[in-house]
Amino acid sequence: MDDFYRENILDHYKNPRNAGHLDAPAATAEGVNPLCGDELSIELEVDDGVVTDVRYNGRGCAISQAAASMLSETIVGRRVDELSSVGKDEVLEELGIPLSPIRLKCAMLSVGVLKVALNQLTGEPLPEEWAGSDEIRWNSA
Amino acid sequence: MAIALDKRAPLDAERLRQDFPILMKPQDGRRLVYLDSASSAQKPRQVIDKLAEVYETGYANVHRGVYRLGAIATEAYEGSRDTVAAFLNAPDRREVIFTRDTTEGLNLVAYAYGRSMIGPGDAIVSTEMEHHSNLVPWQFLAQQTGATLHYLRLTPEGSLDPESLAKLEDVENVKLVAVGHVSNSLGTINDVPALARWAHERGAVLVVDGAQAAPHRRIDVQQLGADFYAISGHKMCGPGAGALWGRAELLERMPPFLTGGEMIRKVELERTSWNDLPWKFEAGTPAIAESIAFGTAVEYLQSIGMDAIEAHEHDLVAYGYDVLAGIDGVTQYGPPPPNRAGILSFNLDGVHPHDVAQVLDSEAICVRAGHHCTQPLMRAFDLVATTRASVYLYNTREDIDRLAEGIEKVKRTFR
Repeated sequence: MDDFYRENILDHYKNPRNAGHLDAPAATAEGVNPLCGDELSIELEVDDGVVTDVRYNGRGCAISQAAASMLSETIVGRRVDELSSVGKDEVLEELGIPLSPIRLKCAMLSVGVLKVALNQLTGEPLPEEWAGSDEIRWNSA
Repeated sequence: MAIALDKRAPLDAERLRQDFPILMKPQDGRRLVYLDSASSAQKPRQVIDKLAEVYETGYANVHRGVYRLGAIATEAYEGSRDTVAAFLNAPDRREVIFTRDTTEGLNLVAYAYGRSMIGPGDAIVSTEMEHHSNLVPWQFLAQQTGATLHYLRLTPEGSLDPESLAKLEDVENVKLVAVGHVSNSLGTINDVPALARWAHERGAVLVVDGAQAAPHRRIDVQQLGADFYAISGHKMCGPGAGALWGRAELLERMPPFLTGGEMIRKVELERTSWNDLPWKFEAGTPAIAESIAFGTAVEYLQSIGMDAIEAHEHDLVAYGYDVLAGIDGVTQYGPPPPNRAGILSFNLDGVHPHDVAQVLDSEAICVRAGHHCTQPLMRAFDLVATTRASVYLYNTREDIDRLAEGIEKVKRTFR
């Protein structure tokens, strides 16, 4: 358990890669983790079906923010249609630590907003587990 | 003052701790520090044994069986109701309804009372410090009935702002006021009798969320002036059962909440007459063993003494507040002691509460991190989350010292 906050996680948390904004993103998405209120947004720049640049912005725990930072480094240069395969396995491999189901939700927030952005680009329906993660449907009279 | 002190004979937390098997089991070779009783309390051997005893020697459905086991179970179940009624100083045992927890008790009021007594043009008053379980039911009720909903606001310190109450002076047709006795996020102790007077002057009923008060202090529903008071047994060292107390004249006027077996007197194909109180509100088979062991938990608390428990927690939270105040980078929320129940809510500069809790877990310390089901309160303080350490009768100053050491480790990790 003492290995939880490994150096690479703390490094990405303290020095997030690809933080900030793009001038003209092809897709923008945001999401929240209702459990802890973590917020994350993503902006993608796409050229000829390939991700050419990415920015993540958010606030939250070290796991959610480090996972977003790590993920941002892996998606530039990849084809948009190929990124639909990004999921739990890839994030866990990047983080390099086992996560409890609760903390897995923190790590998966970055994947969730990525999927929402990809959905905007490709028009493909969101996988069921991400449906609605880009919006809050307020209950009202 | 000597008399007041005498009434509060100190309790021996180190000895009481030994009643709790889970606390005696070390984690990673270390003494477990459990500081999340505001979420759910641990269970003493007496309660665990009672559950086993019921299932091994006295279990059957209640109010049905002609056979002896059915009578034994019914007697124990109804006996537990007497215990809970006495604990709350309810004037009448028929006013105590067994529920799953506080959430169910508050929803019972929102549905059975709210939807029959509240309509368009009426007003409901609650506060922005409420747990979601004492906020969402009223919001939903207002939406469904066309009533308006008004909130008392918070002072920067985390108490209810009297000015926000004054602003509601002219609101007409206030029918229901809902308030938490003690804030689960801040430890604020609200002036329930004053709010009861305010509600009653307007002909409104006062609904009290007692989830964070009943485990920790003497509760007298008559003295408080409440009309409904909901509690959770699992926060009181009991299993998963709760209770709602309501004034009989109100409960009698209310339609049922859930319908089905047990809550009926006579059923025909086209019509049904309701059972007497309290069973009118206990449709179906209740949580029998849990409700019986809830009574055992209440007896356990009473054997220690609610005044002693309250005094012990006041001492611990005052100590903890000072200890946390001495740690560089810690910001605390909520009123300073002594007007504060056994809850410490804080943040550490630059570290998310989830990460604080994760590092503390590696030190065998259990705290809660998050919004504590009080998102509007968090928003009022411009917070996303806090770390919360809550104390109970089995916590000691050593636990607080371990928390402080743990926070230093968090700081070293995230330096």
